[in-house]
Amino acid sequence: MTEIRVKIDNVTYTAPEGVTILEIARANGVEVPTLCYHPKLSIVGACRMCVVEVAGSRGLMTACSTVAVDGMEVNTRTDAVVKSRRNVLELLLSDHPMECLTCEAAGKCSLQKYAYEYSVTGATYQAEPRDHDLDSSNPFYLRDMRMCITCGQCVRVCDEIVGASALGFSERGDRTFVGPAFGHNITDTTCVSCGSCVDFCPTTALTSTHGRNRLRTANIRKVTTTCGYCGVGCQINLLVDRNEILGVEPVEGPANDGFLCVKGKYGFNFVNHPDRLKTPLVRRNGQLVEASWDEALELVARKFSSIIDQHGRQSIMSLSSARCTNEENYLMQKLFRAVIGNNNIDHCARL
Amino acid sequence: MTTVQDLARIKDLQLSQRRGKRVLVGLATCGVAAGAEAIRTELLAAGEKFGLSDFAFDRTGCIGLCAYEPMMEVHRQGEAPYFYVNLTPERVREIVEEDFSGGRKLDQYILGGEPLKSQLRIALRNCGVIDPDSLEDYIAQDGYLALGTVLSTMKRPDIVDVIKRSGLRGRGGGGFPTGLKWEFTAKAPGDHKYVICNADEGDPGAFMDRSILEGDPHAVIEAMAIAAYAVGASEGYIYVRAEYPLAVDRLNRAIAQAEEMGLLGEGIMGSEFSFHLHLKLGSGAFVCGEETALIASIEGQRGMPRPRPPFPASKGLWGKPTLINNVETFANVPTIIRNGADWFAAIGTDKSKGTKVFALGGNINKTGLVEVPMGTRLREVVYDIGGGLPGGKAFKAAQTGGPSGGCIPAAHIDTPIDYDSLLAIGSMMGSGGLIVIDEHACMVDVARFFLEFTVDESCGKCPPCRVGTRRMLQVLERITAGQGTEEDIVKLKDLAEGMKLGSLCGLGQSAPNPVMSTLRYFEDEYYAHVREKRCPAGVCTAITKYWIDPEKCRGCTLCVKVCPVSAITGKVKEIHEIERDACISCGACQEKCPFDAISRR
Amino acid sequence: MTNSIAEVKENDVLFLIGTNTAENHPVIWYQMVRALRKGAKLIVADPRETIPARRADMFLQLRPGTNIALINGIIHVIISEGLYDAAYVEANTTGFVELSRAVAAYTPDYVSQITSVPAELIVSAARTYAAGERAGVYYAMGITQHSTGVDTVQALSNLALIMGNIGKEFSGLNPLRGQSNVQGACDMGALPNVFPGYQSVDNPEIIEKFERAWGVKLSSQRGVRATEVGEAVGKGDIRALYIMGENIMVSDPDVAHVEKALKSLDFLVVQDIFLTETAALADVVLPAACFAEKDGTFTNTERRVQRLVKAVDAPGQARADWEIISELIRRLGHDAPYSGPEDIMREIAALTPQYGGIAYPRISRVGLQWPCPDEDHPGTRYLHSKGIARGKGLVMPVQHAEAQELTDADYPLILTTGRIIYHYHTRSMTGRVEGLHELAPQSFVEISPATAEQFSVEDGETVSVSSRRGTIETTARVTPRIKDGVVFIPFHFAQGNANVLTNVALDPVAQIPELKVAAVRICPATAK
Ligand SMILES: Cc1cc2nc3c(=O)[nH]c(=O)nc-3n(C[C@H](O)[C@H](O)[C@H](O)COP(=O)(O)O)c2cc1C
Ligand code: SF4
Ligand code: SF4
Repeated sequence: MTEIRVKIDNVTYTAPEGVTILEIARANGVEVPTLCYHPKLSIVGACRMCVVEVAGSRGLMTACSTVAVDGMEVNTRTDAVVKSRRNVLELLLSDHPMECLTCEAAGKCSLQKYAYEYSVTGATYQAEPRDHDLDSSNPFYLRDMRMCITCGQCVRVCDEIVGASALGFSERGDRTFVGPAFGHNITDTTCVSCGSCVDFCPTTALTSTHGRNRLRTANIRKVTTTCGYCGVGCQINLLVDRNEILGVEPVEGPANDGFLCVKGKYGFNFVNHPDRLKTPLVRRNGQLVEASWDEALELVARKFSSIIDQHGRQSIMSLSSARCTNEENYLMQKLFRAVIGNNNIDHCARL
Repeated sequence: MTTVQDLARIKDLQLSQRRGKRVLVGLATCGVAAGAEAIRTELLAAGEKFGLSDFAFDRTGCIGLCAYEPMMEVHRQGEAPYFYVNLTPERVREIVEEDFSGGRKLDQYILGGEPLKSQLRIALRNCGVIDPDSLEDYIAQDGYLALGTVLSTMKRPDIVDVIKRSGLRGRGGGGFPTGLKWEFTAKAPGDHKYVICNADEGDPGAFMDRSILEGDPHAVIEAMAIAAYAVGASEGYIYVRAEYPLAVDRLNRAIAQAEEMGLLGEGIMGSEFSFHLHLKLGSGAFVCGEETALIASIEGQRGMPRPRPPFPASKGLWGKPTLINNVETFANVPTIIRNGADWFAAIGTDKSKGTKVFALGGNINKTGLVEVPMGTRLREVVYDIGGGLPGGKAFKAAQTGGPSGGCIPAAHIDTPIDYDSLLAIGSMMGSGGLIVIDEHACMVDVARFFLEFTVDESCGKCPPCRVGTRRMLQVLERITAGQGTEEDIVKLKDLAEGMKLGSLCGLGQSAPNPVMSTLRYFEDEYYAHVREKRCPAGVCTAITKYWIDPEKCRGCTLCVKVCPVSAITGKVKEIHEIERDACISCGACQEKCPFDAISRR
Repeated sequence: MTNSIAEVKENDVLFLIGTNTAENHPVIWYQMVRALRKGAKLIVADPRETIPARRADMFLQLRPGTNIALINGIIHVIISEGLYDAAYVEANTTGFVELSRAVAAYTPDYVSQITSVPAELIVSAARTYAAGERAGVYYAMGITQHSTGVDTVQALSNLALIMGNIGKEFSGLNPLRGQSNVQGACDMGALPNVFPGYQSVDNPEIIEKFERAWGVKLSSQRGVRATEVGEAVGKGDIRALYIMGENIMVSDPDVAHVEKALKSLDFLVVQDIFLTETAALADVVLPAACFAEKDGTFTNTERRVQRLVKAVDAPGQARADWEIISELIRRLGHDAPYSGPEDIMREIAALTPQYGGIAYPRISRVGLQWPCPDEDHPGTRYLHSKGIARGKGLVMPVQHAEAQELTDADYPLILTTGRIIYHYHTRSMTGRVEGLHELAPQSFVEISPATAEQFSVEDGETVSVSSRRGTIETTARVTPRIKDGVVFIPFHFAQGNANVLTNVALDPVAQIPELKVAAVRICPATAK
């Protein structure tokens, strides 16, 4: 592979041929702001935040879409660049509802972050917020298009990764908004409720329903673990407040690459379900009644022993579980092979 | 299969069939809209009645004199052709009887002077001359000869070289050197390439491309085939707006004819070269004329521009190298090939070669299409060709380049029209719309008008344009409503700069042009609005108030009677007064007052 | 999977057979979507027009139970057109001659008659697959849950082998596994014939190794298979059953039969997180911790061993399964010297060659793919890179055989079953997530418009569906997306349970029941 040398803000970096200015900058810790860019999505150059000056080029160039060439000289913070970025922020904020106090995204919102960094308040061209109804038709997430900055990340992730293509742009000009075609609610579309759009939204236009008004203030622990559903083995962060799971966010695991399906993203709530078994139960007079661990286990041990005594070691069998851990399956087969003394162990792998 | 020899044969046959007397009826959209179909029906009926078997009654496209439609052009061997204009069925009957049958010209219906004076027709050369539905007619004008020549005698780089040396620049607005574009596309690596003709023509008031497609569709097809051969493409698209049904119809027919004759399709004219051409109908969004949005639209996506680079020449349609040129650009190509690069390069100015077609509109006597050599002065176009302003009103400004362009004030009326001179004075060539503005216009209002268009047409992709145009419009609305402040003018400038710097495509980058150029040349009008809350032209009704001079008022009550909102009070013989809040500034009273007592401020 | 999930997006041809990846393995489907965006070609074989089928370049809508015929037909075209990788076949496989003889009869026309897939589609699918440089085959229960399941996998293996599409990065043969740790459960020897690491229970050396490690005598007699439980209980051979985390009252075929067996046991222990339909029949129910409440490891479908990390405490007195089993071992008089799962993993690594290098510190951030024989081994991204596991790849001809149960005048329709995206297995978890329940609250039966008309069934109406084993009521969903003469019912729901209808006929080798083909009839519930 050919190497190229590119000067960014007067420092020379080497990079492989074919990468963009933004990729070189990010790889070397040069801060270039973006709102619409995501390394896993196609490049659209829409938000205009990543503009930079390239020596010899007319006008500003978007770092996300411009492939660097050998000898290129790039400046990421000239007056024109900063002016242009501030103008973009000023405009985006001009009709953005100023609800940061109660906003779910506060603290992780990109718009808020850049507004802070560039000292932009949105007051210069202050206008009425756009008028959009909240779409709460999906049980897992809300769509508040007043908050949307039309970066299109949700549209692209849904189309390019999830393959559902449930979202698109409607209307033109500043009436442009993101949503299902023909003004439908999201539940009337091909949406598969995977929540990828929510994870990609840089503001609070898309937010998960569960955990609202708690995720920001609660003392959230993030526990990285493996999703408990299918065999793909997606890596997730459980967002935990004390002993309660408030949400799930995808982690870039080797199998899932930062994406989840609806079950992994939103199927966690069974954990707190009141139906959970909380004590051992034993059958007395035909009824299952609560018992202590000691009673229950003692009963099992006694029964197993007497059945072995009466009918031999082959008369007990185990169905292990494709949903239990390796360690548990190992122990279960060890219990049967080494303790009960047979090979009567199987699980429902084939179902 | 058609060969170059076949072309010559068809041409001879066609010319020999053109009998001595020929009448052409203009049947482009402008003609049809004015009732030309009925004229033609009448003409044929009358011809039959008078047994004019020695006359050929043919159809043709638009000759550009749109203000005079419906019209017909009369050719007699050995005589200068002349035009009967503003026809009605009655007049046609009269003309047929008196002139065609009786041999007496009806001078009162004939367009006087030299109708095409100062014009030089290259792109429009066949418009209004041939029957656009007749391939033979086109061939009779040496059509497809250029294609035959390049296929049989020229190497690909030589063709590119001819176009480069001709100095032809894109007529779609950008003015990019066409030969360079062909060269980039030809040199771009890739086994599959495309040629696209941009016939989206979204600039309101422009209709050059439509006229070419309606009047001479084969010229564009032939040029695209030449271009495809030169750059190594085998497939092409004409992206034409769906609002041009006649153009679509004629293109479809022309493509079918060309395919039938082996001038399109596999193995064109017996060569190895194949070229398949498709029509794609655009949905009428202005931004779809922007080349990357147009490509997205052909691909079936929402018509939104993409960042460049990569340019279409390297990554265009379906990611393949793509040559995209405007209709008028293409229409120049066959003639350049036939007459040579030097011939073309000799026309026009140093950096702008050839001619440019303009659609004259606004406050001008002769609206219509004109084609003039680059470098022609604006004054010549407005007065000599366009016949000046109606009612002898004074010229205030001309807007070129449509909503992306800027205005040229009277002080610059002697500017030669070419790409660079226009840019230097803050306007641009654009695609060729030329709107004349008279002394009664308010320039703030003109800017507001153009901005309204861009606000609606912004594709919504990037914030500087999507939100910026709206905010800018809101500022202008404040100013024209008399609520503006001096700070607003600073905001306009800041917004304009932000849009120019930050917008993704030409639409947003050029959207502030009407505002900036009016601010540049008519700043005082802006200040009159914000400082004095006054619209000097009296157009901005919210701040234009009428006022009765007590010295002059005789109490005749005429004004009371005409005021539509009863805002004027006063008894007979007493001094009248206008109630400020009720007045809607329609100006009716002023017009009526016999004593000149009412004035505007 | 012989490949890794991350390789999927690099495929240039994807052949999906018997997998509705978009609903059952959405995250793998995302990778496929990315491959498609880069121009990959997609071939889908399925009786239903699934989401992948809608995006397919070639959609082979076959009659259920005819997978082998279809695959043989594709092989036929590849061989007769000389598209196979002759060099690879020569160097790395045995049995090619037999294969070409065996598939000679499977001409596109003949296969079209069996499968009802148009002959041209079979030809173009064959050419497309053969043209792929990085062609991946993906399959799931739609292949395996047939009485001919193992043969079908062999047929796919033949196909991949003659193209040399095995042991290569980006191309391979990839079963997509359903449950979170089905791979791990097999790896760990939760199977009647093998110890952990697929070490056979009848191999004296292996037995000796485990006897030494565990300090006990071990049985070399193959155990009872899950699919044999009913029969073994019926005969009185099995008296007690200990079920951990499975709800066989919903998931197994011929539910009536299962219920009878469970009820006739002397003693049933069920360990689960909810009181499932199965747990309700137990003598002792042991409350378990769920995935978020315990530490441990899962092994995913690409053989990657990944960590489960405890995030919250289990409710009430519920305990992790490993704790419960450990305690039981102790109460049965044996040692269980484990302070936590990490200790258990150390024991696993010592006894399981493929897991030899797996240790918690190594997988704390990113999991490792087995085989990983020792501490320094980086794991294995794709299998068979150094030749097929058994030396040369065995190409072995297999023949089409009709499903065990055929349609007749009484049961004129074919029932096939599967999953939907909003639910997992028997819904014991997803049914208790309100939003998932809201999005997919109940069972349904998909039926084509023509078939619906034939049986006077209207969209949205309650219908009764019967097989030779039972009858259920469910809601009709009339859709052109399913083949005429075929109906589909998801198997997640206890109400309207597809497995009341399904057949226990087993694959002779893998003992997987034929859940994907049963003969049924349908009528409006009111007409019953
Ligand atoms: C907003 C916008 C609208 C445009 N509309 C048109 C159009 O209607 N027709 C056209 O030929 N070019 C249009 N263009 C210019 C095209 O992007 C492109 O430059 C042109 O088609 C190239 O052809 P040319 O080099 O022959 O001019 C437009 C550009 C912008 C930014
Ligand atoms: S939830 Fe998933 S499928 Fe639904 S719109 Fe968002 S990204 Fe698309
Ligand atoms: S400048 Fe305007 S039209 Fe162009 S991409 Fe941006 S929003 Fe769309």
